Amino acid sequence: MEAAAGGLCGSGPPLLLSEGEQQCYSELFARCAGASGGGPGPGPPEAARAAPGAATAAAGPVADLFRASQLPAETLHQITELCGAKRVGYFGPTQFYVALKLIAAAQSGLPVRIESIKCELPLPRFMMSKTDAEIRFGNTAELHGTKVQIPYLITEKNTFKRIDDEDKQQETQSPSMSPLASPPSSPPHYQRVPLSHGYSKLRSSTEQMHSAPYEARQPLVQPEGPSTGGPGAKPPRHQASLIRSFSVERELQDNSTSYPDEPWRITEEQREYYVNQFRSLQPDPSSFISGSVAKNFFTKSKLSIPELSYIWELSDADCDGALTLPEFCAAFHLIVARKNGYPLPEGLPPTLQPEYLQAAFPKPKWECALFDSYSESIPANQQPRDLNRMEKLSIKDMADFPVPTQDVTGDDKQALKSATDEALPKDMSEDSATPKDSNSLKARPRSRSYSSTSIEEAMKRGEDPPTPPPRPQKTHSRASSLDLNKVFQPSVPASKSGLLPPPPALPPRPCPSQISHHIVNSEPSTQLKPPAQLPKYGDFRLQKQSEQASEAEVHPQLNRAPSQAAESSPTKKEIPYSQPPSKPIRRKFRPENQATENQEPSTTVGGPASVATVKPHPAVQKQSSKQKKAIQTAIRKNKEANAVLARLNSELQQQLKEVHQERIALENQLEQLRPVTVL
Amino acid sequence: MAVCVAVIAKENYPLYIRSIPTENELKFHYMVHTSLDVVDEKISAMGKALVDQRELYLGLLYPTEDYKVYGYVTNSKVKFVMVVDSSNTALRDNEIRSMFRKLHNSYTDVMCNPFYNPGDRIQSRAFDGMVTSMMIQVC
Repeated sequence: MEAAAGGLCGSGPPLLLSEGEQQCYSELFARCAGASGGGPGPGPPEAARAAPGAATAAAGPVADLFRASQLPAETLHQITELCGAKRVGYFGPTQFYVALKLIAAAQSGLPVRIESIKCELPLPRFMMSKTDAEIRFGNTAELHGTKVQIPYLITEKNTFKRIDDEDKQQETQSPSMSPLASPPSSPPHYQRVPLSHGYSKLRSSTEQMHSAPYEARQPLVQPEGPSTGGPGAKPPRHQASLIRSFSVERELQDNSTSYPDEPWRITEEQREYYVNQFRSLQPDPSSFISGSVAKNFFTKSKLSIPELSYIWELSDADCDGALTLPEFCAAFHLIVARKNGYPLPEGLPPTLQPEYLQAAFPKPKWECALFDSYSESIPANQQPRDLNRMEKLSIKDMADFPVPTQDVTGDDKQALKSATDEALPKDMSEDSATPKDSNSLKARPRSRSYSSTSIEEAMKRGEDPPTPPPRPQKTHSRASSLDLNKVFQPSVPASKSGLLPPPPALPPRPCPSQISHHIVNSEPSTQLKPPAQLPKYGDFRLQKQSEQASEAEVHPQLNRAPSQAAESSPTKKEIPYSQPPSKPIRRKFRPENQATENQEPSTTVGGPASVATVKPHPAVQKQSSKQKKAIQTAIRKNKEANAVLARLNSELQQQLKEVHQERIALENQLEQLRPVTVL
Repeated sequence: MAVCVAVIAKENYPLYIRSIPTENELKFHYMVHTSLDVVDEKISAMGKALVDQRELYLGLLYPTEDYKVYGYVTNSKVKFVMVVDSSNTALRDNEIRSMFRKLHNSYTDVMCNPFYNPGDRIQSRAFDGMVTSMMIQVC
């Protein structure tokens, strides 16, 4: 193979080129060569390696051109090998022609062999995958290209490795294309392959040829090569010159080495990769990544901690310890740049400012964006394309397109818009300038949490407060808590402690004093339901009770600690006593209850006391239903009180046990310490 | 315009100390070191009250012939000490306060950086820049 290639190299054309082919190939070659020659400081190292410029075509454009042929990468590899470019290291005319012929062969379905090119073949077809909208040569077939691009995209996507911006800038032209591509810039951008994991390969020249992004910025389209090749060299040549000029301009505008900010410009492909990485860390693209998560992630890049710290400082513009999507992209880009040997800048470059990035890549949803951009860019593309068609002959007009795009980020959509709106770049520059100032000048409101506290932590903190103090009941909880306190504090007056412990637990104590007053009070029965009294009492208060009900209420209240079923023993005698007993009751209940109870006893006692005797019965009937409700609520409250008291009981039991144990221990000690006098 | 700025950690070791280069830096280090005692004294004097009520700005810690030393403590017991030239009479208390506030903000920014471990020396360039802006411009 190589020998054959070598032979090819040396001799004239063992391959026979038809006239059309020759025209076409020379066109293509000129373009590729022109592109490389025109480009300032060659992007790809291979171009540098490529010997005397004019005679060789730079690998970048050539690679793009080959890719535009829609052949699988493997085939292209084979072709390049066969044609001898790899061997000699550059694409001389011979190699180029052979390669083209091989491409044609491959496209016709023939195996990639030297022998295949010996026969007559149709011209190779190159799909013009269009990246930049501004340079369009207007082609009817362009529309085709869009559709074709998309599937191409998908298939090729994973096979490419990221290369530098500069490489992407190389133009590819294809003079002959059947389906023409000048599809809207967006597809090509999205065609960019995400960053490969091999950062070190970023600039590998060898990779570029075969793995360069599927779509570099191709200036344009060559109107159907085969069709136009025929009519004469002039139009194609003209176009070639146009293309060349475009390519030159493109390279001027796009080439990272020429533009001061280029290393800090995030291309579409990179952007997409960063967004994917962001997604892997934080599914919601509009939210942010916490500092610790980002730290772990960036530490994997194996940069030193001080450098990472500095990169963080640069990229976290609002200094909140978390990275939003644009901040994350900026940080990632800085890391990538650093790994590639770029020194870290003193300040965040304007193209990496979050506002700039957000404006440039506003769409959080990339999938939708893809299709949106397709639809958007197609009409937009057609505009410049139409312009191209109209003003084909004026290079100057064409040149206008690249100019506005210079200031725009790598986003083709932006480019499209900027092509039509030259004011945009100025806005962008202003925008980038102002945020920088505003950042430094304004006092940053520290709305987000500090020092890598994540949102989840903040939320957790927010959740914590509600849970701890659930005040279960109005009636007994406080009493129980107070009880505990009182129990543990020996200093508390016994009387109070006697009252405060849960009423059921110590029924007798408060009751006797009160119960003594109540002759009628059937204590044992009534003691069972202290809480029941309350609701009844409340009901009565609302209704302006009958004495019976009120008495019933009052009675239970009196015996609240013991709790009574007051219905059983409403008596007038209780009423007068209701007043004094209510006082201890008040003490037992919580303030709210006290308030209610105070009111209740005062109102009900006062009222019913006088009226009760008069009209007990009618009111009672009405209140029976209400009593039922009251009873139900009372039952519920009683149950709750029971639970509380049971818990208190168990705690007290435990304490008792502990105290017992202590006592035993102390007694033992005493035994030991006691002098052994008893013998 | 400070002559020396120092950030002292809770455990009383310096996280960041910088003085204008012409002077004998050791002297400033010593001054900062001795001022820590005064800072502790001031903190403990207010110790009975809740931390919330304690003011962050401590004011003039002690004056010497040539210099005045001001102090500021954060809630996490990180101390900022600033030495200013006595001859610079134009410096008012408010200005010192604002300088400390800026220091505190920059310090918070440093803390926000996840790559910064609390207790490390402060190597942030932004912090350096801010401190430089506060120091006397020595030709």
